[in-house]
Amino acid sequence: MAPSHSSDAPHHQHLHIEPSEPTHHEEHIVSPKVYMVIGACLLVLTASTTAISYVDLGSFNAVVALAIACIKMSLVVLFFMHIKYSSRLTMLTVAAGFFTFLVLITMTMTDYISRAWGRW
Amino acid sequence: MDSHTLAAQTAETPHLELGHPPFLRHHFENVAQQREAATFGMWLFLLTEIMFFGGLFCAYLIFRNWYYPAFVAGSHSLHIWAGTLNTTLLIISSFTMAMAVHAAETRNRKPLLRWMILTIILGCGFLCVKAYEWHDEWVEHHVPGLNFSPVGFEHGTKAYPDDKLAPDMAEKTQVYFSLYFAMTGMHALHMIIGISLLIFLLIRARGGAYTAGHIAPIENFGLYWHFVDIVWIFLFPLLYLISRHQ
Amino acid sequence: MSTIVSLPDQSTARLPKVSYLNKEYGLKSWLLTGDHKRIAMLYLISITFFFFIGGAMAALIRMELLTPPSDLLAADTYNKVFTAHGLIMVFFFLVPSVPATIGNFLIPIMVGAKDLAFPKINLLSWYLYIAAGTLMICVLTFGGVDTGWTFTTPLSTHYLNTNVVSAGLAVFIAGFSSIFTGLNFIVTIHRMRAPGMTWFRLPLFVWSHYAASILMVLGTPVLAITLVLVVLERTIGIGVFDPTKGGDPLLFQHLFWFYSHPAVYIMILPGMGVISEVISTFSRKRVFGYTAVAFSSVAIAVFGFFVWAHHMFIMGISNYSALVFSLLTMLVAVPSAIKIFNWSATLYKGSITFETPMLYAFGFLGLFTIGGLTGVFLGTLGMDIHLTETYFIVAHFHFVMVGGMLMAFLAGVHFWWPKMTGRMYPESVSKLAAVITFVGFVLTFFPQFVLGYLGMPRRYAAYPPEFQVLNVFSSAGATVLGVGYLLPMLYLTWSLKYGKIAGPNPWQATGLEWQIQSPPLTENFEETPIVTHEAYDYEWLESRKGSEVPTVG
Repeated sequence: MAPSHSSDAPHHQHLHIEPSEPTHHEEHIVSPKVYMVIGACLLVLTASTTAISYVDLGSFNAVVALAIACIKMSLVVLFFMHIKYSSRLTMLTVAAGFFTFLVLITMTMTDYISRAWGRW
Repeated sequence: MDSHTLAAQTAETPHLELGHPPFLRHHFENVAQQREAATFGMWLFLLTEIMFFGGLFCAYLIFRNWYYPAFVAGSHSLHIWAGTLNTTLLIISSFTMAMAVHAAETRNRKPLLRWMILTIILGCGFLCVKAYEWHDEWVEHHVPGLNFSPVGFEHGTKAYPDDKLAPDMAEKTQVYFSLYFAMTGMHALHMIIGISLLIFLLIRARGGAYTAGHIAPIENFGLYWHFVDIVWIFLFPLLYLISRHQ
Repeated sequence: MSTIVSLPDQSTARLPKVSYLNKEYGLKSWLLTGDHKRIAMLYLISITFFFFIGGAMAALIRMELLTPPSDLLAADTYNKVFTAHGLIMVFFFLVPSVPATIGNFLIPIMVGAKDLAFPKINLLSWYLYIAAGTLMICVLTFGGVDTGWTFTTPLSTHYLNTNVVSAGLAVFIAGFSSIFTGLNFIVTIHRMRAPGMTWFRLPLFVWSHYAASILMVLGTPVLAITLVLVVLERTIGIGVFDPTKGGDPLLFQHLFWFYSHPAVYIMILPGMGVISEVISTFSRKRVFGYTAVAFSSVAIAVFGFFVWAHHMFIMGISNYSALVFSLLTMLVAVPSAIKIFNWSATLYKGSITFETPMLYAFGFLGLFTIGGLTGVFLGTLGMDIHLTETYFIVAHFHFVMVGGMLMAFLAGVHFWWPKMTGRMYPESVSKLAAVITFVGFVLTFFPQFVLGYLGMPRRYAAYPPEFQVLNVFSSAGATVLGVGYLLPMLYLTWSLKYGKIAGPNPWQATGLEWQIQSPPLTENFEETPIVTHEAYDYEWLESRKGSEVPTVG
């Protein structure tokens, strides 16, 4: 079933292209069943986030909404975008993106949060 | 063997024309290297997209802290059904896109075309709902700079009669709508670009371009499409679901 | 441990029959090329063009500042001229300078690949650059723009009637060009290395480009979205940065400097890579502390994202935040200093020769150190309040950008000129040019430190008469500097036809690029090289010469 393209290449040349960083990962074809389960989970989570927003949880409403969004994102990234089956380099790339985004937010917030403290 | 010689030893492994499909570009050693390079390049591009939207999310966070009541009122004026419907449409389209990638991986041309068309339809559906919402906001005078009027927010709405903002806070709903239009606008722009690319890919896929092993374009477009979906997954709670219980 | 390798006799060198330059002919073969070397040459020509436009603007500025009143240019014309100078020099010269030309040419060769990972995207990046550049030229021709290169709100969104939107669009497009270059480099360095080319065998040039590419990929999109918001605010009037609608103009500065401070490292890091190669080659020694230099590039890239608010100390950010950013700013000095110390240690007991690239590299060492140290002054909160928005700032970043980056660029162009064209530049004239550039530079910008310290503000067409003497010095220096930049353009063009034939390795350098013919083949290598030696291994080179293994076809 799985058409392994790399087997076409002679002598697995790519193995000694990158001795320091093995790039050869199994070409993993995710089965449609997984996609369906993930899709269903995403729909359920969408329904629940809408429903929960009508329940008064105080300041936790935002936390719960964001938590659900993060779960949904993780599902999409891991399964639809195949990160679960990807090389460490790709995972590192994704992590770098979120890290820099967090730097942007936290370092900007150091200004906005402490502006109200006034001068010393 | 003279270990100091450079560039002499690889000659024993000749470039077999057998394992040299037409889509393999000359500067890659083999198909696996080409495919990995393409995927990695796509992820790096998505990295830039994270930072592109990141600037907007950062602005959102700051102003939401500053003008929380205005953000609540602005959020309440949106149609929650439209937001939920759009989230659903996008999630299903992500699923169909994942199935399209699967069809390309298993070299099935017909299902590939079917899933791609479905994805296009769902994407267009999303844009239609979005256009309806924007039109509605235009009618309600909620578009900052063009026809904004904060008056409505000083009196409360039918659904949320308690949303009565002081005039200066009502003025600040402009910031909410500025961000709303900037964020959904940028997202919609990405959707439009995505649908255009998808139509282009569809035309090429009809000739069987992506069902003979060369799946990188479909795979990488899938990554893009899922990314646009993820942006919406965050936009939905941040824009539509602020303190709905009030 | 130093090895003296005598330079080869070039009288026997011949130009190779086939190279990337003569494989195909005609304009079309250049404009539609996928070859990274040809794209590098296209870039080299176009950034030289923009450099001289930006230089012409600088000449106008210095002429206006010769006399205290605003007499040559009206005040608003002056604003447009310095804005044009800044925009062109930053986005159309400094950001693409080394990466898009020398980097584009060399990164694939240095890692042992046939081309960059995405040749078409590489070409696209050049076309985007040209589109953006053309748009920028149009902007300047039809009315100009006078926001300063920073597009500061609300000035840019509310108070100016110049071409802010189209200038913003030009920078937006140029940003994509830069993103594509960086993306291509990262993928190439990760995925296209030759067998045996491990990370710690890569030349430091590659490491510094890798670090700069990370900044391009992660920083530039934030500038893009910021410009989009400025344009939306100016055209339809959304209120993210507009205080009358509840927005915050300081947020613009946060987002803008989140890119534009790392952009400073995008500009300087590739230059540092050039300096590593040049200093190692002309002192015949492995770069001292290779690993430290390599990781300091990455450290500069990472720290670069934590310091941006030092551009905003007097703009109204909170004192506590300013304190944090000031501390972090000091941190960035550490990896930069590591590089300077390691280069100096490389020189120690090396067999130093003073070819032109080395002269430029020495210029870099001194001037960049001054520029970097004054940066630490400016990162100190108290000093910053006195010095910010004065000519001290102008002098500081010109020491880093012109004294550092431009020197490095010229060092690189001279160093790799034989590789790119197959011909040598004339050595004695170019040494003269290097000295002229250095003298002219110091004469131009050193007085500006004093001017700034005495309180002369930047961005004004007029100034009090007591500042005139120093300004005259500065303008005189600019004239000398202008000669220093015109000379290389003239003799390098001359050398295309009349220069001595260089041969594959005129400097006896160790990089992979020197082991192939000059100018290289379109495919760079006849066979994929197998790397068995560390970078800067001169003993390997010597033993290789002894056994005479020709790798050139």
